[in-house]
Amino acid sequence: MIEKELICVTCPMGCRITVTMEGKEVLSVKGNTCPRGEAYARQECVQPMRILTSTVRITDGTHRVLPVITEKEIPLEKMSEAMSEVREVTVSAPVEVNDVIIENIAGTGVRLIASRSMEHI
Amino acid sequence: MRHYQAVIIGGGSAGLSAAVTLKQNGIEDIVVLEKDMEPGGILEQCIHNGFGLQTFKEQLSGPAYAQRYVKMAQDLNVEIKLNTMVTKLNADRTVEYTSSAEGIQTISADAVILAVGCYERSRGAINIAGTRCAGVYTAGQAQRYLNIEGYMVGKKVFILGSGDIGLIMARRMTLEGAKVYGVAEIMPYSNGLPRNIRQCLEDFDIPLYLSHTVTKTFGKDRLEKIELMEVDEHMNPIAGTEQYFDVDTLLLSVGLIPENHLAEEAGIQMDPSIKGPYVDDSYMTSAPGIFACGNGLHVHDLVDFVSLQAKRAAEGAARYLKNPKDRGETLAVKPGENVLYTVPSCVHPSDAEENVEFFFRVRKPMDEGTLEVTSGDRVIRTMKKKKLMPSEMERVIITAKEIATLDGEVRISVKEANA
Repeated sequence: MIEKELICVTCPMGCRITVTMEGKEVLSVKGNTCPRGEAYARQECVQPMRILTSTVRITDGTHRVLPVITEKEIPLEKMSEAMSEVREVTVSAPVEVNDVIIENIAGTGVRLIASRSMEHI
Repeated sequence: MRHYQAVIIGGGSAGLSAAVTLKQNGIEDIVVLEKDMEPGGILEQCIHNGFGLQTFKEQLSGPAYAQRYVKMAQDLNVEIKLNTMVTKLNADRTVEYTSSAEGIQTISADAVILAVGCYERSRGAINIAGTRCAGVYTAGQAQRYLNIEGYMVGKKVFILGSGDIGLIMARRMTLEGAKVYGVAEIMPYSNGLPRNIRQCLEDFDIPLYLSHTVTKTFGKDRLEKIELMEVDEHMNPIAGTEQYFDVDTLLLSVGLIPENHLAEEAGIQMDPSIKGPYVDDSYMTSAPGIFACGNGLHVHDLVDFVSLQAKRAAEGAARYLKNPKDRGETLAVKPGENVLYTVPSCVHPSDAEENVEFFFRVRKPMDEGTLEVTSGDRVIRTMKKKKLMPSEMERVIITAKEIATLDGEVRISVKEANA
């Protein structure tokens, strides 16, 4: 039986969570202050998942780049694959917040969406 | 001269929240002065997620969080003057500003809310020896280049200071294809949020060098190399610990300071422990009718608390505008043992209508401690606290009833367990 100390990254509270594991099985989760902390801890021990935020090029917008965010967490190991897809994208203004930029990023089934609106200039 | 009920200086998270709150409290004739081309402030370049959990009960990126407040302000017809730089604030609540649309203007107000944000400590403030070549940026400057202007600032990067912006830039630069060689922190503990150590450094195997600092830069036109050294308990570099990294970019994440030149010029009394103005429980400064909130008052850890504090400051301003009475004697609230600062820094026991939430930071990391609020020799409140970190703001609420009974100087302290 091993004990693992985790920092929950679900929100900025940063709860310190103690997970007791037997092999690959999670026996108990302690220290979380909300149910999402428990879900995070169980997932973290199997396959770490993260939100990806980045920017894509935008033409005719008020800025040269548009901030984007994945709608849900994607596997941490998929980050670099996801980033190479992000780098290929150019959108054109206007864009509304939550507009879909990439439908299925890195084959994860998760959508990459605009994290702000940007007007046409 | 155009006269307003209230002028809000700064259209970032604090200013927008203050403006929305004033409107909701029936203060209609207000204006927000914002120096940038769009409202939102620093949130516009903080494209990472983690904002809004307290305020909106969901996780948003910085721009998305800002957009919610911009929308609320627009729906309430808040006037926001963009590309408008305030050049002077006077104690009589006249405000001088300049913009290309209007030239140099002076306006006056019954109340002014300072929501001016903070600035980054720069290379000059920390005296790194070496050549003055290109490639040394503050972390926030690099963040703006990358996330708003769309320019990558370097390929081989070292980061000095483990503040949150530095940690977030370590991840961001890595994802964008740069190699981040490490983050150095002069203190024996990190100054960033624990979650950012996890998801920005450990996720990408970026080493964190605690009790280390960058002692020298090398390079002619562009940075070529940095010298990293371990420091002793007095933060002095230890001879023989030199390490060298061939990098073209050094990012500095070495602290934020409230932007306070407007307040200082107006003769407003400053609190050296927060580097911002002294404020009472309604967030009024020493100048009647001038209020302060957000990172321009003291540097926050989460934007949600900035919005919350700005809301309280605007509620304070609204009460003042409706009834600008003398609130009686003030009683100082001071940081005690192991506490760096407290905000607000005074209360009015004879006019205690509202509960007061105090924000404070501890001086050093503590596994366990007991928070104690005292007034003179009397203990008002004790509370057990776990895992206290200087990087995280702590909060304690003292009720209006308790405030009314305070008779001696108030101290907020944390007694370390097993110390």
